[in-house]
Amino acid sequence: MTVSSNDFVAQAAAALQEPERLRTRNALGTHMPAMRSKAAEEFGDYQALRDHVASVRQHALDNLDYYLPQFEQQALDNGNQVHYARTGTELNDIVLTICQRHNARKVAKGKSMVTEETELNHHLESAGLDVVETDLGEYIVQQAGETPSHIVGPALHKPEAEIRELFLEKHPLGPRELEDPPAMVEEARTVLREHFVSADVGIVGANALIAENGYSLLVTNEGNGDLCANLPNILIVCTTMERVLPRASDAAALVRLLTRSTTGQPISCYTSYYSGPRRQDDIDGPLETHFVLLDNKRSDILASDYKDMLQCIRCGACLNHCPVYIGAGGHAYGSVYQGPMGSVLTPLLNSLEESHALPNACTSCGRCAEVCPANIPLPDLLRDLRHEEYRSKLGSGRWRTGMKLHAWLSQNPRVYRFLTGLTIRTLHRLGRRSGGFTRLPFASGWTQERDFPAPQSDTFMHQYSKQDSQDE
Amino acid sequence: MSESQQPQASQRFQVHLFVTCLADLFRPSVAFNSIALLEESGCDVTVPISQTCCGQPSYNTGDYEGTVPLAKRLIETFETADYVVAPSGSCVGMITHHYPNILEGQWRERALELAARTFELTQFLSEISGLKRANELRPEIGSVTYHDSCAGLRELGIQTQPRDLLNTLCKTDLKEMQRTDVCCGFGGTFCAKMPELSANMASDKLDTAQASGAKILAGGDLGCLMNLAGRAKREGMELEVRHIAELLAGDLATPAIGDSSQS
Repeated sequence: MTVSSNDFVAQAAAALQEPERLRTRNALGTHMPAMRSKAAEEFGDYQALRDHVASVRQHALDNLDYYLPQFEQQALDNGNQVHYARTGTELNDIVLTICQRHNARKVAKGKSMVTEETELNHHLESAGLDVVETDLGEYIVQQAGETPSHIVGPALHKPEAEIRELFLEKHPLGPRELEDPPAMVEEARTVLREHFVSADVGIVGANALIAENGYSLLVTNEGNGDLCANLPNILIVCTTMERVLPRASDAAALVRLLTRSTTGQPISCYTSYYSGPRRQDDIDGPLETHFVLLDNKRSDILASDYKDMLQCIRCGACLNHCPVYIGAGGHAYGSVYQGPMGSVLTPLLNSLEESHALPNACTSCGRCAEVCPANIPLPDLLRDLRHEEYRSKLGSGRWRTGMKLHAWLSQNPRVYRFLTGLTIRTLHRLGRRSGGFTRLPFASGWTQERDFPAPQSDTFMHQYSKQDSQDE
Repeated sequence: MSESQQPQASQRFQVHLFVTCLADLFRPSVAFNSIALLEESGCDVTVPISQTCCGQPSYNTGDYEGTVPLAKRLIETFETADYVVAPSGSCVGMITHHYPNILEGQWRERALELAARTFELTQFLSEISGLKRANELRPEIGSVTYHDSCAGLRELGIQTQPRDLLNTLCKTDLKEMQRTDVCCGFGGTFCAKMPELSANMASDKLDTAQASGAKILAGGDLGCLMNLAGRAKREGMELEVRHIAELLAGDLATPAIGDSSQS
């Protein structure tokens, strides 16, 4: 399934025609904001926590040249191997090389948006490896041959009945009912256990890297990350360099913010710190551990006007609060990252040419920025991307001409008054009986979905000038 | 002589009205009623005749360079005023929040100075001129639900002002809808660029408005209101959509937005 980001409008329109999925998204858009806001209220001074984490992360980003080497040194001292990947391809090659060195056949993966970004699964599978996603949502999406529709809840778009059918088809377990979600979860759990114990390599992501001790942080609600990280002999942590935080206490502060923002939980079910390979007296744990740190244009973003975007902690709150995302659904974005954060990040990671429709998928309502735990001015960044779109002449020529004409008229009040007066009086005469228009040339985007209210009368300025001259 | 004994004339607020494009072109009653309300609250109102657009459409489309001359023009037109008032949160947000972002040097200074004296109508009536009305003068306007426009709500913090004004200046039954902080789908050029998504959002908003049980859906921004009224008509929904200036002034004789003006 190939979907292009620039076909957003058509893909969103199609998604609106799927009532059951739209209902699910509407429920998401109602419940998640309520849960987040309750959790934020119960915390107390949530804004202070946001500001604290944002300033720590800003400090870390501003001093990446200090903290990244510090993390690396600590991680090496803990017995890890550390790799840097400039591009997605480099990350994929590094991971494959490690797998091949150990003659690995099966890889168990925890949820990792970074490896979605680099399309690691595809790369490993092409080389003959068996890759199993173990986060339930990722597992469902993988079995269905689909892509995640939400950065936190990859399978949120799939109705219960579809998942039941999928499991009945994919799991060779004979005739059974799978009557409710708990039964399906139980089945997935049983199937996945086999994969955990038979995997040669475990791959997980990271929510943070801690410079002072060389640990990585991972939060999950399913515990699958810990099984991936501890049962196979080889562990590979794939993440990006901007995840570095100076201190362990910063990671703890991040968790407090992240889980409340994501699901409204005060803390995730599993919050784990990975230090390195099994030590002499440890009874379990991987024998060999790697960190693969991806850049993939983050250095460019850091040096650009969009550097605030690197503050993103991938909580998904902006998706849950965005009425455009709720209407369009994640797949319409044609990207690993969706919603407001995805509409900023996708053009920066790919190219504006390929995805300039996304920064337009915004009403500038500002609800995302209001809830963003990292204080990212998302609507401003989206507008800045539209500015680039405008300057690069990527958008529709009709809009450009229209806007230029409007701006020119606005600087010439006499012509403006004359032309608007003429148009408004005509529209008023034509529309006053019915009150509005069901079709209007030059406003088809408007009248396609709603009537255009007829002007009430002559323009205010014309009426006011007449009244004014009568007064004198 | 204490301040309260100063001559009447010097106590009147000198206000320049920024009419806004949509009120000028589509809904003059909003501007006329705004003038009436400002005068009732003790203001002398001037309407600078050379005013046009604040540049919001160009700005949000991404044409920052094309917006700059419009911003400078508006600043020159209005900067002699003691106060600038507009019946729109998004136009005021454009002046107070976005002009300083696209202007530099002296012009930025002038933009910031103007921003400090620029107010949305309900903000000005509640916080600056303090409009009050005797009980017997309060018009009966029926049940109303108020739509918070995003720019007004988030850029200007307008939420209690329109509701308080409705309660203290009119006889009304104010009914809150669910999820008042969600956008109606107007979004300027968004509504024409992504009509299906926009209409989906407008329908959601109309459903919650109708569920509130109110007869009138009011708001402070004509963009949102024309979007909602147009969508309500298309769906055959019986909901009167009106700008708050009309309600506060008790002007229910004017047909609601999108209603026939001939009986």
